[in-house]
Amino acid sequence: MNKMPKWADAVLIPLISILLAFFFSGLVIWAIGKDPVVAIKTMVQGAFGSTSGISYTLYYATNFIFTGLAVAVAYHARLFNIGGEGQAMLGGLGVTLVCLAIPWPHWTLALPAAMIGGALFGAGWAFIPAWLQAKRGSHIVITTIMFNYIGAALLGYLLTKVLKVKGSMLTESARFPEGAHLPNFSEIFAPIGINFSPNAPANMAFFVALLCTFAFWILIWKTRLGYEIRAYGQSETAAKYAGIAPARIVIIAMLISGALAGLMAINNVMGEAERLIDNAVEGAGFIGIAVALMGRNHPIGILLASILFGFLYQGGAELSFWESIPRELVVVIQALVIMFTGALDNMVRMPLEKLFVALNRKKEA
Amino acid sequence: MTLKTTFLGAAAALALTSGAALADPAIIFDLGGKFDKSFNEAAYNGAERWAKETGGSYRDVELQSDAQREQALRRFAESGFNPIVMAGFSFATALETVAKDFPDTKFAIIDMVVDAPNVRSVVFNEHEGSYLVGIAAAYAAKGDTVSFVGGMDIPLISKFACGYAQGFKAVKPEGKVIVNMTGTTPSAWNDPVKGGELTRAQIADGSEVVFAAAGGTGLGVLQTAADEGILSIGVDSNQNYLQPGSVLTSMVKRVDNAVYDAFMQGENLETGFFAMGLANDGVGAAMDEYNAALITPEMKAAMDDATAKIISGEVVVHDYMSDESCPAY
Amino acid sequence: MSVQTDTGRQATAAPTASAAPAIELRGISKAFGPVQANKDISISVAKGSIHGIIGENGAGKSTLMSILYGFYKADAGHILINGQEVHIADSQEAISAGIGMVFQHFKLVENFTVLENVILGAEDGGLLKPSLAKARKLLKQLSDEYELSVDPDALIEDLSVGHQQRVEILKALYRQADILILDEPTGVLTPAEADHLFRILKGLKEQGKTIILITHKLREIMEITDTVSVMRRGEMTATVKTHETSPEQLAELMVGRKVLLRVDKKPATPGKPVVEVENLRVIDEQGVERLKGISLEVREGEILGICGVAGNGQTELLEVLGGYVNGTGTVRMNGEEIDLSGKHSNGQTRRARGIAHVPEDRHDEGLILEFQAWENMVFGYHHAPEYQKNALLMDNAGIKAMTQASMDKFDVRPPNPKLEAKSFSGGNQQKIVLAREIERNPDLLLVGQPTRGVDIGAIEFIHQQIVALRDEGKAILLVSVELDEILSLSDRIVVMFDGQIMGERLPAETNEGELGLMMAGITDTNTNGEKAQ
Repeated sequence: MNKMPKWADAVLIPLISILLAFFFSGLVIWAIGKDPVVAIKTMVQGAFGSTSGISYTLYYATNFIFTGLAVAVAYHARLFNIGGEGQAMLGGLGVTLVCLAIPWPHWTLALPAAMIGGALFGAGWAFIPAWLQAKRGSHIVITTIMFNYIGAALLGYLLTKVLKVKGSMLTESARFPEGAHLPNFSEIFAPIGINFSPNAPANMAFFVALLCTFAFWILIWKTRLGYEIRAYGQSETAAKYAGIAPARIVIIAMLISGALAGLMAINNVMGEAERLIDNAVEGAGFIGIAVALMGRNHPIGILLASILFGFLYQGGAELSFWESIPRELVVVIQALVIMFTGALDNMVRMPLEKLFVALNRKKEA
Repeated sequence: MTLKTTFLGAAAALALTSGAALADPAIIFDLGGKFDKSFNEAAYNGAERWAKETGGSYRDVELQSDAQREQALRRFAESGFNPIVMAGFSFATALETVAKDFPDTKFAIIDMVVDAPNVRSVVFNEHEGSYLVGIAAAYAAKGDTVSFVGGMDIPLISKFACGYAQGFKAVKPEGKVIVNMTGTTPSAWNDPVKGGELTRAQIADGSEVVFAAAGGTGLGVLQTAADEGILSIGVDSNQNYLQPGSVLTSMVKRVDNAVYDAFMQGENLETGFFAMGLANDGVGAAMDEYNAALITPEMKAAMDDATAKIISGEVVVHDYMSDESCPAY
Repeated sequence: MSVQTDTGRQATAAPTASAAPAIELRGISKAFGPVQANKDISISVAKGSIHGIIGENGAGKSTLMSILYGFYKADAGHILINGQEVHIADSQEAISAGIGMVFQHFKLVENFTVLENVILGAEDGGLLKPSLAKARKLLKQLSDEYELSVDPDALIEDLSVGHQQRVEILKALYRQADILILDEPTGVLTPAEADHLFRILKGLKEQGKTIILITHKLREIMEITDTVSVMRRGEMTATVKTHETSPEQLAELMVGRKVLLRVDKKPATPGKPVVEVENLRVIDEQGVERLKGISLEVREGEILGICGVAGNGQTELLEVLGGYVNGTGTVRMNGEEIDLSGKHSNGQTRRARGIAHVPEDRHDEGLILEFQAWENMVFGYHHAPEYQKNALLMDNAGIKAMTQASMDKFDVRPPNPKLEAKSFSGGNQQKIVLAREIERNPDLLLVGQPTRGVDIGAIEFIHQQIVALRDEGKAILLVSVELDEILSLSDRIVVMFDGQIMGERLPAETNEGELGLMMAGITDTNTNGEKAQ
């Protein structure tokens, strides 16, 4: 039964959800005595109104693309990887070790090496829960959550005891060498005559993220491995019938997922901070879950959802800078968007489906 | 909030595009948030005091993420706020780059030294204040064991612990100071439950006075000490009132003064390195009606004596951060 | 709520023609989007009678019953109970109108006792004890009256399927149901259990209860109902008195054309053995031995039918031969031994050896319902070189073209390779699976429940395909719980019970009665059953 045209499912539902979220956010802003229209304007202006704003928005979006894809790969194998946070943290460690290992002469050499480092560490961190799930049946949700804590503790230890610069109070690693500096948007676009703010963080990693988005699409829908991942995700019994080894798929899907999460570090650690700081991931691993959910685990959806969340982060920051809106409220607004677009999907879907059915019937009659 | 502030907010939003200069000061709080009853709140109180006394207005922001440090600094500097005060050492890296880009803006950073011509670096001699409360602890304890609960395991907190231990051992050389850190991640600043557990464990090991230098975690330490009937020592702000009769004293760090001074000086902020110690009332042991009954005359005398000797240079308290080691433990 | 049943009173009131019908539907219509599931349905069921509703899958039987039980709201029409119009908005209202429902999939709490399940949702007050005591008394009374004996203190999970079904009936009676609706009640029962169920139903009828039986089995309709309604494509095509009709006529009414109920096939000409099984054992994940030393062989050009009540090892036999359950013993395929340990083999290596498998459960095994038809058409064979474009990518375009051809050949409707498997009817889903497995030209075809949930029209087609494969000289191992199907398709029949082979029969020399006894584990080789009619 085709209840609703595809475009309505892909475009209309998220759009209405976002509008609803903004409506309720507006109510909250109004309730604390601020002007919702000014607030929304500030957010939009702050996120898209300047090259610096756009750069911040895309910087955050890059993080979410990586973690969103990571969650989505696992989800196609019906594995709920909540460990994106920890895997991205460990990815940061991998990137840091690579970047600090030798005085890199140029970023074109440093970037591929750092990508390998980040992906390997992220995948490694995902491997243990994956193995436990595949061979011992330990629930991946529990193990990946716990591995986030272990990852945070491990990094805290390394940053305070091993990687920290002697005498510094900052729990962060040494700065990466100049040669490991990734060009930011200003440096990338200057040669072609587009002037980006030189002090904003969006960088080369954004393009790596776009590349990964494309590779994700190929993997899931065009390759045998993607076919097997999806088959396993839809039905484990059917996968067994077809001769697909469940343990193998669980482990491979989680390795890819962890690698993608780990790759996020080339953006936040290598591209932005240029050093490893404590809690560098800042919840992007969890936002990735919302992004994947909202993007329906499809690369295009994930890309769009990532930009939306990038907007929420950057716009939210502007809101607290200029509107004296407490940061807790900014979190409330972000949560409302997640709630409406992710969790309350059916609230919008049901009436819309009914509407379409009614419309169709009218057309037929 | 009134309509007027809304309007001002809108004006500020417009200002960010037009680049018009506002000569108001601004303060950026650290991730703990401005009502942490400790460090950030002290900074907030200083700013409020300035606003009340001068009738001026200032802008403040609480950060959500590390990436926003540089962003907030830059946005405030671009919009012409001056001076811009940062509460917390974590701003150092961001400030280093931003200060260069805005040579005409004055910045003040607390708890950290950033070497730039337009930056005022304010650090506190926490080891001196901690030494004083260490002496107080030694007099208050009947036995020879006291303890320390730190927040996140960073050199700054070891600086507190080391000063405290030195003060205690100056009175009881054979005594024992139990030192525990809550954790290695920033969440260690806000874990009162674990703070309470550590305190209980220390009490089981014989501690009679516990010094909490742990932000929000310290609230749990103070609470547990009061529940278990031992004495505690607060930190940063005067926390004596939190558990009256149980908090022996507080090692106050006059962050409020640092902010207040910076705001007072305005655009003409004197830059350079400023150490706030016992000599210039930057640190000290809080005395008020809540702990009056706990302070014995001889304790008071010993603390005054030590204060004098430190100011005169006769006693030098070792700063843990100078070599990351402590002679007292 | 009173638990006093009025069965006693009603027992004396024999059904009379003049009384208002127990239940009457007038002009019921229901649409789901563009699909008209029920269209102007009217039935009238006399008090104290058994009424059958028969129709293919998707004919609208379940929708109709769901409307009656308050799960769906009809778009139009009226429901009358004992001549009074009622509005049923939910199952609670259906229950208070005296309607009880026994679903195909039982709605019982596995780790509760029978008694607890019976009172669940119908407790008097907050304390359980008085309700339990009352229910116990009533249960005893009912079991005496209707052969509905169940241990009230047994846990549901420890009961056989037949007993679980009795609990469902007891639940309905406890709620004072006068009208009992049973949806495909015999699907999970042994012939003996089914006979017992029919005795219970006849007893209930004599006590004045009205029974509506939904089924697709013509034999049951003929055996037990008084009147029968036939549904096709959402419409009621006929309502007839059972003794005035025949299975052939009902089948034709269901499908809309003449249907061959018997399989037309030539005698088999078996060749050399394709698969030889010796002392095959399977132990499941719970450590239960499911196959206890099975030995059999299937030859070229023959269909070996395996019958038995579901859960007696047939599933495991197919799964271990199909390569996704491990076992011990010896299996030789075309004379070569195959690995049963799972170390060097899986479903894919078996396929490479010429074993194709149409699994019993096409929803959970044979198909990925969310996948499109073309993706399902290579499921299990997706490693085959002809489906690859290069080392990295699959040849999706080529697979779609191949799927289109197969769909045309096997008459899959609609013949759209991009439609998700779940959008096809049961029969068309089965044709997709069958097309996939047969088109690879296997030496041995394992077929489990080939026509479960499949429309009569498609059954005919599927049977023809299986026979055609046999006539090409392939070996076929058929597992089915439908005795009719086993008897009409097989060249040899093996009966399984409790993981063992109870015996072998030739279809011409046995009958349902004998097979039924063997399926129940009773072997008395001395008393041969009557010859098949």
